[in-house]
Amino acid sequence: MSKNPFVRFFRWFFFRARGDSPFKRLLIHCVLIIACIIAVYPVLRVVTISLRPNDTLLTTSLRIIPENATLDNYRKVLFGDPVNHRQSDFFLWVWNSFSIVMVTSIISVILAAISAYAFSRFRFPGRSAGLVFLFTTQMIPAGMLLLPLFIMLARLKMINTSLGLIIAYSVSAVPLTIWTLKGYYDTIPVDLEEAALIDGASRMTVFTRIILPLSSPALAIAFLFSFMGGWSEYLVARVVLQKNELFTWPLGIFTFAQQFTVSWGQFAAASVLIAIPVMALFLYSSKWLISGLTLGSVKG
Amino acid sequence: MSNQKDLRKFLPWLLWVVGFTAIYFLMRAVFQPYASGISINGRIIAERVSEIGLFLGAIFAGIGAVEVYFYQIFFRQPRHRQAAIFTRIVQGILAFVALQMVVAFFDLTDLFRLPKGAVKNFFLLPSSLFSSVKNLFVQIGLNATGSSLVSGLILILVLGLLFGLIQRWSVPRHSRLGLAYLLILPALIGVLFLIIYPFLFEIKLAFSNASLGTQATKNASYGLSYGWENIKTLFTGNVAKDAKFFEVFWRTILWTVINVIFHVTGGMILAILLNRPMKLRGLYRTLLVFPWAIPTTIAAMALRNEFDLRYGFFNIMLTNIQSMFQALSAKTASLVLLGPTFSWLAENIGPVSWKQDPFWAFMSILITNIWLGIPFMAVIILGGLQSISHEYYEAAEIDGATGWQMFRNITLPLLRPVLTPAIVLGVIWTFNKFDVIYLITQGGPQEKTDILVSSMYKAAFQFYRYGFTAMFALVIFLILLAFTIVYLRVSGGLKAATE
Repeated sequence: MSKNPFVRFFRWFFFRARGDSPFKRLLIHCVLIIACIIAVYPVLRVVTISLRPNDTLLTTSLRIIPENATLDNYRKVLFGDPVNHRQSDFFLWVWNSFSIVMVTSIISVILAAISAYAFSRFRFPGRSAGLVFLFTTQMIPAGMLLLPLFIMLARLKMINTSLGLIIAYSVSAVPLTIWTLKGYYDTIPVDLEEAALIDGASRMTVFTRIILPLSSPALAIAFLFSFMGGWSEYLVARVVLQKNELFTWPLGIFTFAQQFTVSWGQFAAASVLIAIPVMALFLYSSKWLISGLTLGSVKG
Repeated sequence: MSNQKDLRKFLPWLLWVVGFTAIYFLMRAVFQPYASGISINGRIIAERVSEIGLFLGAIFAGIGAVEVYFYQIFFRQPRHRQAAIFTRIVQGILAFVALQMVVAFFDLTDLFRLPKGAVKNFFLLPSSLFSSVKNLFVQIGLNATGSSLVSGLILILVLGLLFGLIQRWSVPRHSRLGLAYLLILPALIGVLFLIIYPFLFEIKLAFSNASLGTQATKNASYGLSYGWENIKTLFTGNVAKDAKFFEVFWRTILWTVINVIFHVTGGMILAILLNRPMKLRGLYRTLLVFPWAIPTTIAAMALRNEFDLRYGFFNIMLTNIQSMFQALSAKTASLVLLGPTFSWLAENIGPVSWKQDPFWAFMSILITNIWLGIPFMAVIILGGLQSISHEYYEAAEIDGATGWQMFRNITLPLLRPVLTPAIVLGVIWTFNKFDVIYLITQGGPQEKTDILVSSMYKAAFQFYRYGFTAMFALVIFLILLAFTIVYLRVSGGLKAATE
């Protein structure tokens, strides 16, 4: 045992899970509660600011529920500001994001579900080269291919269209989805297919009748992955879309956030409205998301 | 009887349709009174749906045609000699047309320029044929979308006829790996178009002087000397506007190392604390995952405002702490040791100018990114911890091992398969991750918080130095590639993955 009291405390605190003393348990709870506060407080602050009335937006108060709390900001974000004759773009932004990311995910899951099966079950020439290639694409900086893509899209007259952004998002979504699904297909026992093949089923039948139904949870995870990847993306969207009516919600919200004093409250309200469904979905599905992550990762 | 079965079969679909219709009318009823304040309307939605629908239709029709083409090459054999001649001629022509279209696409996107005149017209033949058919329908009186739809349908019909004839005059043939290639074909096309082609384009761009002045690639010139010029500027000149390459490079390393160290230690601490039977464990877990669950964009933009000099909560808290210490030092001024300590604290702790001071600006992005990244690591490590069997610990306990020994000799080795890829991916992600930086400080003040990738982004899309940016991107890619290769050599990870 070390003589250093700090080291001894450290060991006492972290190790020996069995038969903890009540004092230690209390201490652990305290540490976890502090960690939870650090994790949650900035999120709560957004809620607080969204509830502030406009005249006390700039205050140094740290109260979680502000004085004279009001839902005024939410009303303005959702249904516009009749006083200043401003229409609300909130639903437009959400619709833009939704349609673009939905299509990206659909394309990448369909492409990946088919090709990952080939990578998982067939030993064809070029297979390992393809897998190494897919792996290296995960290393490519997100912004790296953005410039050639941007010029390419500009030449195809696809800047300022939702299709351009769909193409740009597919760049990162397709390889990642193939990689994830290949990892899942590998875990399905081959015996199942062999039995079906012996019974006279064709390879295609095996794929559509056995593999696809069995991997529907993985398909859902892959879909969710590519959806989450594109849903709150800002930097690529900023380059591809410059017209206000095409903005995805991160771009739209940023226009609120830029004008600090004017619409901090509206920015916060819009953030809360978007974050709630996303976080609910995320927390609900986090268990499967994590299993999907470890499936797709390299087995070191 | 059979009727009943049919009904039952369609019942779920029917329910879906009914459900969605109900939701639609409910939404309409709810939003109708506010419709004047909402900028979205049915027309916008319908336009988007038709745009995307056409796009998806074109993509899948194209992929389908290529699939059928290769299916017939792999799995069908012409029945007799005349059929063989016909089949090979049609297939040859189709392949040639496809080649023409690819070359025309390269020309259109400026990978290279076809010489004007006969050569260019020859390669543009398929697309000009298509557009002349389209124009025909426009003259008849269809609108643009309708005419392209109709000419697309005609194209499909022609192809279908050709493929049908080939199919008719052929017999099945066995192919062992044909199916594999058919299955990867769609993804292969996608990857060729989305990754390989832009990558080649980037290499070409790196050896050019493309910039805003040359209207991107329109008037750009290419050559090795331009590439050398770009490299020279990269290592000796300014990367975005003021900053120098190595300054940004070392900051990137610092950024990556600090982030990953904090992510892993923080995640490890939380995971170990959570990995024991205790009350409220589920609640803690859910709350701790919050920073990961909230969309990064929202978190970064919210914290950007919280780093405000007067109204952000960081400075409010620091001010409160300062005034607390001031009060304490006033009370304890007479005491020997406490008084000076408190007054020293009151002088040195206080609000910080997060936006103007480069050091604190860097701290602000570090704080944000560490806050965002810890839950992910914690969850990954917790998953690893839970997969370790209890028997190891029980056996070690019987042998009289201390907690530390158990951690060193059981937990860490068994955690390695989870931890190593998580760390490596963490390094790569952090190296590339600049949305936090861009949203909070935009690299400022004076580009003192830029990392390599954010400088590159700025060089491209704020200063329009396209050729230079392409070279910059290639250098960053090489740095990451070197790191990856070293990692793979050390861990042999890729072999396991491609088995």
